[in-house]
Amino acid sequence: MSTIAQKRGFGAVLWEYLTTVDHKKIAHLYLFAGGFFFILGGIEAMIIRIQLIKPNNDFVSAGLFNEMLTMHGTTMIFLAAMPLLLGFMNAIMPLQIGARDVAFPFLNSLGFWLFFFGGVFLNLSWFLGGAPDAGWTSYASLSLASEGHGIDFYVLGLQISGFGTLMGGINFLVTIINMRAPGMTYMRMPLFTWTTFVASSLILFAFPPLTVSIFMMMFDRLFGSNFFDASMGGNTIIWEHFFWIFGHPEVYILILPAFGIFSEIFAVFSRKRLFGYSSMVFATVLIGFLGFMVWAHHMFTTGLGPIANAIFAVATMAIAVPTGIKIFNWLFTLWGGSIKFTTPMLWGIGFIPSFLMGGVTGVMLGAAAADYQYHDTYFVVAHFHYVIVGGVVFSLFAATHYYWPKMFGTMLNEFLGKITFVLFFIGFHLTFFIQHFLGLWGMPRRIFTYLPGQGLDTGNFVSTIGAFLMAAGVIVILINIIMTSVKNEKVGNDPWGDGRTLEWAISSPPPFYNFKQLPLVRGLDAYWIEKMEGKKGMIPAEPLGDVHMPNNSFVPFVISLGLFIAAFGVMYQADEGNTWGIPVIILGLAITFGSMLARSLRDDHGYHIHKEDLMDDNDKGVKA
Amino acid sequence: MTNEQLNSGNPRVDIEYRRKKNAEEMKHQVISFALMIFLTLVAFVAVAYEGFSGWFIVPFILILAVVQVIFQLYYFMHMSNEGHEAPKLFMYSGMVVGFVTIICYMTIIWW
Repeated sequence: MSTIAQKRGFGAVLWEYLTTVDHKKIAHLYLFAGGFFFILGGIEAMIIRIQLIKPNNDFVSAGLFNEMLTMHGTTMIFLAAMPLLLGFMNAIMPLQIGARDVAFPFLNSLGFWLFFFGGVFLNLSWFLGGAPDAGWTSYASLSLASEGHGIDFYVLGLQISGFGTLMGGINFLVTIINMRAPGMTYMRMPLFTWTTFVASSLILFAFPPLTVSIFMMMFDRLFGSNFFDASMGGNTIIWEHFFWIFGHPEVYILILPAFGIFSEIFAVFSRKRLFGYSSMVFATVLIGFLGFMVWAHHMFTTGLGPIANAIFAVATMAIAVPTGIKIFNWLFTLWGGSIKFTTPMLWGIGFIPSFLMGGVTGVMLGAAAADYQYHDTYFVVAHFHYVIVGGVVFSLFAATHYYWPKMFGTMLNEFLGKITFVLFFIGFHLTFFIQHFLGLWGMPRRIFTYLPGQGLDTGNFVSTIGAFLMAAGVIVILINIIMTSVKNEKVGNDPWGDGRTLEWAISSPPPFYNFKQLPLVRGLDAYWIEKMEGKKGMIPAEPLGDVHMPNNSFVPFVISLGLFIAAFGVMYQADEGNTWGIPVIILGLAITFGSMLARSLRDDHGYHIHKEDLMDDNDKGVKA
Repeated sequence: MTNEQLNSGNPRVDIEYRRKKNAEEMKHQVISFALMIFLTLVAFVAVAYEGFSGWFIVPFILILAVVQVIFQLYYFMHMSNEGHEAPKLFMYSGMVVGFVTIICYMTIIWW
């Protein structure tokens, strides 16, 4: 029978992953691709910190430093943090709502491959004449003046991977609206599912502005238009507005799922219901809504005028209210709980004060008048690393430990996990706390070196030491992953012992059809309710029947590959005397649209797993 | 019949009910269709009439257009029926975001 695991060759496994439409396998792909780019962005960060370890250092040149900091920011946001979160959403969210897969398995696969090829394209810039060097924000006046193809790589790479993310977001929205198990009302959804929902709607609304602005940038740089060129009647400020209309929701796209992950972890390891569930949902939605009203606080010094600055400053500070609600709810969840200090819980405990500090400096930066002092200094760098690392990256580490057994069927080593936490937590605060003061002492951000005797030497030295500790923490978790994968000790359904939500009711890793029978959900923390009543598993909501499954497909890979090829043509056709650019564009687009057409013309109805096959492996003991 | 929701065991009752409901809906569609034709005529008249300035005509036609879109969505695309809460939510959110963007571009960029 097909569900029995067999030893298969490397080629077969590779082909399975290239063609898979299973949300759990796509989650693995996101996790490994995102992890790879995370390491890449980390190496770039280390190069930045080594360059700044002492005054007048010449470890890298000024130009290379610009490329490093640009690629560090771009890689970490677009190619590491977001795909890793999308990976966990893919792995867990369908299980949490009791679905057999996401709504559009094919699109899910297409979304991944678009992201992957976009990321690869962006990083090929290192080998093809220099990476983008105008910062991850790529402000138009700077990036239009940038020579070489660096910015073109940024524009085309992000365009391709942005399509993928947009597809992922829409897919999750449809899944959550349409595919909840019987009884799973909106107000019974686990918090991670809720935050996935809100983050996906932010993706839906925030990515189109990015797509549009990148399109305009592409035409300005490669096809001779002048949207952003003031000397030709354009306006360079438009890019900034578009970028931040996207960019500010983007940071909530990152932080909301992180909030969701920690809400799960706090409830499970305090062994209590999440305090104030409905207010948590309300706060999540409110943060998502307000996230669209505050983008201009990134542009206070652009010269919007006092009225616009004041409006955006007030709106910005309003976000502190729902975020505060969340912080207090987490604290009250911990309060009086029977707390287990597992590795994910340690990350959670570390997250609250770290993220809070980032939030407080956020309110400081949100005060428009004071922002004139902080703008473009290391104070800003410290602030956003406190929220992104202290919030998002902590949650990614926590989720890696917490969900690893559910995704791979084996537990990561707890002892090594705690070592990772200690190294990374200390390293993180050592690196970034001092940067607040470096900023206040006058160190501008994105500067490649500084002079001795200006009071910046010690601070930068301390900061670099901290960065090495963080790198050590990451190396320990990699060792941990390799060790546990080699040992591969299988665990049961609920390895943490206190699972509350549906994903812990099925085996680890779940069978490819997830639920033999869709479960009946009788309240918040559905699995916990059944456990408290002494039941072994969920009550089925339907009789055992045939399960309809989609067929694997290689088409998503080919569609993405076509765009990848076309991107090279688009980029090089603008060079003087280039003759092969246009044919390559045509070839690439022909591959993309040809494979789309092929898929449209050929009906693929998927296949059924028959009832009899499902009854064979009677591990569940659930009888229809 | 498998796709339609039957509310009682008696098919006769449901057919009666549906017939009445369809007639009702048809009436609404005819009324809104007539209104839409009328609004289109009003728009043409507003442009053709010499006495109005552009400052009146442009916003006026825009308002008429919005009304027509609402008619279209609610009566012809069945958004007034039940089960459209999620599409409504996302359409309105999208409109808010788009509207805020346009307001911003008109007020604080091209000053």
